[in-house]
Amino acid sequence: MTLAPERRPSLIDHFERGLDSPICLTWELTYACNLSCSHCLSASGRRDPNELSTEQCKEIIDELQRMQVFYVNIGGGEPTVRSDFWEIVEYATSHDVGVKFSTNGVRITPEAAQRIADNGYIDVQISLDGATAEVNDALRGKGSFDLAVRAMQNLKDAGVEGFKISVVMTRHNIPQLDEFKALADEYGATLRITRLRPSGRAVDVWDDIHPRPEQQRELYDWLVAHGEGVLTGDSFFHLSAYGQTLPGLNLCGAGRVVCLIDPVGDVYACPFAIHDEFKAGNTVTDGGFAAVWRGAELFTELREPQTGGACAGCQFMDTCRGGCMAAKFFTGLPLDGPDPECVRGLGEELLQGREADLEFPRPSVDRSHRTSPPRPRAKSRPVPVSIGMGAPARPPVSACEIDPLAGFVPPGAATASSS
Amino acid sequence: MRGLLTLATTTHRAVDPGSGLVLDPGTAWTLNPRVAVRPEPFGALLYHFGTRRLSFLKDTRLVDLVTALADFPSVDATFAALGIAEDARPGYVSALQRLADTDMLLPSTDHA
Ligand code: SF4
Ligand code: SF4
Repeated sequence: MTLAPERRPSLIDHFERGLDSPICLTWELTYACNLSCSHCLSASGRRDPNELSTEQCKEIIDELQRMQVFYVNIGGGEPTVRSDFWEIVEYATSHDVGVKFSTNGVRITPEAAQRIADNGYIDVQISLDGATAEVNDALRGKGSFDLAVRAMQNLKDAGVEGFKISVVMTRHNIPQLDEFKALADEYGATLRITRLRPSGRAVDVWDDIHPRPEQQRELYDWLVAHGEGVLTGDSFFHLSAYGQTLPGLNLCGAGRVVCLIDPVGDVYACPFAIHDEFKAGNTVTDGGFAAVWRGAELFTELREPQTGGACAGCQFMDTCRGGCMAAKFFTGLPLDGPDPECVRGLGEELLQGREADLEFPRPSVDRSHRTSPPRPRAKSRPVPVSIGMGAPARPPVSACEIDPLAGFVPPGAATASSS
Repeated sequence: MRGLLTLATTTHRAVDPGSGLVLDPGTAWTLNPRVAVRPEPFGALLYHFGTRRLSFLKDTRLVDLVTALADFPSVDATFAALGIAEDARPGYVSALQRLADTDMLLPSTDHA
């Protein structure tokens, strides 16, 4: 008897067609936030009056348990400002749904840190976007660095090991990569770096703060040299075109294995795609989360084979696959073309070719504090550079955080084979 | 050569040393009670609530095997019951060993 000799679909093929349940689900519990970070992906600030009630949240958790969604990434807004935050988290972890939550640290008191240490099914991510108060607070607001550091100290004191320090990479903090790593080591934490996408309020600052092309290379090289033990949420797969394939399933998981439930129960294809265009339905009005995940027209479309469009002939298509849908959408680029940060510089060319009066898609929901400073959209002045394609010795390590496609041990080493 | 199994981790932990035991197909094994099995078109997704490790079983027979292990006094007996041919067994044994290494499978004492 032989084991099926014909080529069977790979995991990527299956993921591309979508699974019955998501692997990487983000759930934003509230749009309320104590801070007003200028690059907030969900344009948060004010609570939405229609926020899901505690009971509605528990219904979603029951459904996730039935769907065997094993963990959720909880975020916001600042999720811990909900008065029922711990009730929801503990309800999830006692119903086979592990929790990983992101916080700016505001409510991570010594007591909260102890609670996390005692639970065992909770992972914490402290958001920090500069290794110094100067760089961090410029984006996240005055005092936010101290807030985060105090939370980190409390977690360390409570004996919480391996919590994450989560950094969105910008042109201002890429030079601080070594400092971030040292900071993580000091607190017994794990560094997690992710890609800045032009979503939410970041649509207004992306031109000014997204890494310059040469910095992308710097970031890639740093990951190759120091990537051991640094998480990336697989969010830099568009950079794998610099060298060899990054470990992980390199594809956009939006609506296929990734999605977002927002504070009012709206379901979007991806946490970075909060826009009507990518809204699949609502958990309350459309018959529950499973019904939306499995039946929404939008998700069915996203699970159809993609042609690759303008990227189709590219030699890096297998690994880069045209990059991030959300990044293209919010920079006004066609969804079937190259990523704005395409390592071949093709996105950069398209950005420069955009009509001067082009209306960019705006986030459909904006709960920014009304006191937030005005947000002018600056014109970018991109520097054309050519990028080398030398293959690095060893690809970076990554693991599923926002993207699902995580921490796969490179094939070969990871694979048990039959003869 | 064909992969039956892909391991992933959803969180950064020191890789769990697992039982460190060699999986002898003549002995009884069982799925760790902390591991959940989610059926998928390609096979199944295993999730270990302790290590938070995700594994993809890319073979429905491997899924059948893993879930049936606890019902038989040995891995070999499970092979026989599922009609898995002799020449296919070494591949499955190495896949099971990987699962044992990551604490997904445990030696069973029920049949001792
Ligand atoms: S590639 Fe972009 S749009 Fe796709 S899942 Fe990742 S963040 Fe979302
Ligand atoms: S052309 Fe498309 S597939 Fe090729 S590197 Fe650029 S974004 Fe990626």
